[in-house]
Amino acid sequence: MIKFFSKEDKNGGVLERLRHGLSKTRSSISGRLDRLFLGKKEITGDLLEEVEEILFTSDIGVVTTQELINLLQDKVARKELKDPEKLKAVLREYMLSFLRIDSPAQSFPLNGQPLVIMVVGVNGVGKTTSIGKIASRYKSEGKSVMLVAADTFRAAAVEQLIIWGDRAGAEVIKQSTGSDPSAVVFDGLTAAVSRVFDVVIIDTAGRLHTKTNLMQELQKINRVIGQKIQGAPHEIWLVLDATTGQNSISQAEVFNNILGLTGIILTKLDGTAKGGIVVGISHQLGIPIRYIGIGEKIDDLRPFDPDDFVKAIFE
Amino acid sequence: MFESLSEKFSSIFKKITGRGILSDANIQEALKEVRLALLEADVNYKVVKNVVEEIRQRAVGKEVLQSLTPGQQLIKIVNEELTRLMGDVKQGLQLLGRTPHALMLVGLQGSGKTTTAAKLAVHLQKQGRHPYLVPADIYRPAAIEQLIKLAKQINVPFYPTNPSQKPEDICMDSLSKAGKEGSDVLIIDTAGRLHIDEAMMDELVRIRKKINPAEILLVADAMTGQDAVNVAKHFNETLDISGVILSKMEGDARGGAALSIKAVTEKPIKFIGVGEKIDSLEPFYPDRMASQILGMGDVLSLIEKAQAELDESEALKLQKKLRKNEFDLEDFKGQLQQIKKIGSFEQILGMLPGIGQLKKLKQMNHDDKELVKVEAIINSMTTQERRSYKIINGSRRRRIALGSGTTVQDVNRLLKNFAQTKKMMERFSKKGYSGMGALFG
Repeated sequence: MIKFFSKEDKNGGVLERLRHGLSKTRSSISGRLDRLFLGKKEITGDLLEEVEEILFTSDIGVVTTQELINLLQDKVARKELKDPEKLKAVLREYMLSFLRIDSPAQSFPLNGQPLVIMVVGVNGVGKTTSIGKIASRYKSEGKSVMLVAADTFRAAAVEQLIIWGDRAGAEVIKQSTGSDPSAVVFDGLTAAVSRVFDVVIIDTAGRLHTKTNLMQELQKINRVIGQKIQGAPHEIWLVLDATTGQNSISQAEVFNNILGLTGIILTKLDGTAKGGIVVGISHQLGIPIRYIGIGEKIDDLRPFDPDDFVKAIFE
Repeated sequence: MFESLSEKFSSIFKKITGRGILSDANIQEALKEVRLALLEADVNYKVVKNVVEEIRQRAVGKEVLQSLTPGQQLIKIVNEELTRLMGDVKQGLQLLGRTPHALMLVGLQGSGKTTTAAKLAVHLQKQGRHPYLVPADIYRPAAIEQLIKLAKQINVPFYPTNPSQKPEDICMDSLSKAGKEGSDVLIIDTAGRLHIDEAMMDELVRIRKKINPAEILLVADAMTGQDAVNVAKHFNETLDISGVILSKMEGDARGGAALSIKAVTEKPIKFIGVGEKIDSLEPFYPDRMASQILGMGDVLSLIEKAQAELDESEALKLQKKLRKNEFDLEDFKGQLQQIKKIGSFEQILGMLPGIGQLKKLKQMNHDDKELVKVEAIINSMTTQERRSYKIINGSRRRRIALGSGTTVQDVNRLLKNFAQTKKMMERFSKKGYSGMGALFG
């Protein structure tokens, strides 16, 4: 369905696919920068202002854009950067440093208990779809996977997860719509422990981060998980939509304050949205991007690689 | 950054003493702030450029009105300009011609089409129409089930879509079915798709050709960033949409996408979605949106709500009491109840300029329970105590705390607050009465 990622480029590797997906981003950031620098001999205030504008329009965010510009300005002031041509490489290096978050990948609990991953986010960002894809990844690594349908609010959310569970070959634990999500989670974890599942992924209902009571509900789910399995959830991932603008920062901040996020999944990078927002979020909050979503197929989820990501933007 | 747009303006214009005309030089700095404000609100950068230029042209040479400061004058111009760009007046659905009319909802994945379809059905029902829901998303897992569940919830007939059917066939068939069942408006929930996915966009064109819909509405997420222009442009060029519905407006997004979409499509925004509840679809008011994008809060909505809910005679009675300095705890309780009628604390705070942006306040638990507590405390007082709070001594406080299920500290805090409020009011009434009328009128 998504023409960007037809079968032909399947062998092209992650970088190739990502480049494809980001071709729009590339042409917008890098292409414009190239045009900008053409024939310019020195880095002037005007030039920096234009760079600022370009970063703004790539959804990189006001704070991060200003931070990047300040870094560039400092370098220019210290006479370490004179050549407009080199500005791009320097900018790229800064963006890369913003995206490199030192965080260990999740390891499986040693005590034989399941790895518990809770997936959260606002409405319509692609939580359930991402969960289907993550489940499929773990299945392909030979792990047994259980999905817990804790979105008991939205109509047919449970059915949607069941279909993804079928596709991925993962078991789905569910109760009827309207039941207490914490109870569903508790039951799911009980079953997962007694039947020795390797991975449990919890699908929570989409909620706007501004709804205090719904955020408290998430805290409760979080607590219940910890009571059932000590140290769990081992991972709490926030799903962000690449199409979303500055509000992503606010979402990440609030979810992080309330739950302590361990990772971000950035979805819908197969459109024309630039996804530049992650540079700011990763940097400002110190949360690593774990995966990116680049299509609707079950294998359209890729581990996030800062090098590939920035390379794909700048090459 | 945003909440202080008007503050920034006033500090910029402080240098200009007296009144006069707005000159190019003295609005330049202010316009930089406008530009930043719009960019932070996710208005597309090219759109921002145009808007700022238009504002500049309109503002230069304008005389500053007697009643306003230069800062206020510019805000007024900015606000008017944004409102004008947003479409000036609100626009409803245009359901003309033969029934049943068809209404097509299109948009990206996750923009909120299915929920909006059900909300529109409720809206049309209220207008005396007979809506019919058509699930035409055969791709997303359980999308059909989702709409059917919603249809059953709101008691609206629906087309029993089979996922093996082609979307255009579903729409054709439902058109005749709906007519036979006595429905007059079809709401077609199409699958979410990327605007650059030609095959999927073609499908929408085919549906459109077959059913000739009265309205094609683009459902767009209010949180959309710079990409909003690309999405809206593609959908509009492919389908010639008739309008836009902005979803997820209840969050804290500034909604700059509204301005971008309007600018590239020149199609009206008809509704906004403000919650997950089935009746949370509201008409779009361009002036209010303009204020929100500027970070000035939805003051108009608040005023309107306050006017609708506050009892005028109550207010008059209160004014009299205030004048005689007879304001007591009973009146205080009455005030609280009036406030509660306007909405929850969260809602009211959200509508106030600036406050919506103060993140700290937002995460604070401005709990409505606090109001309930205060009411309980007052309810546990005797009439005498309510009239003259000064007689409430230690043992009375203990009794009140017990009776209201609160603590003595809670009671103390309330009495202290009340005493302060009363003192403030005394000062007001001594000063003369000009300011208070506006507060309670």
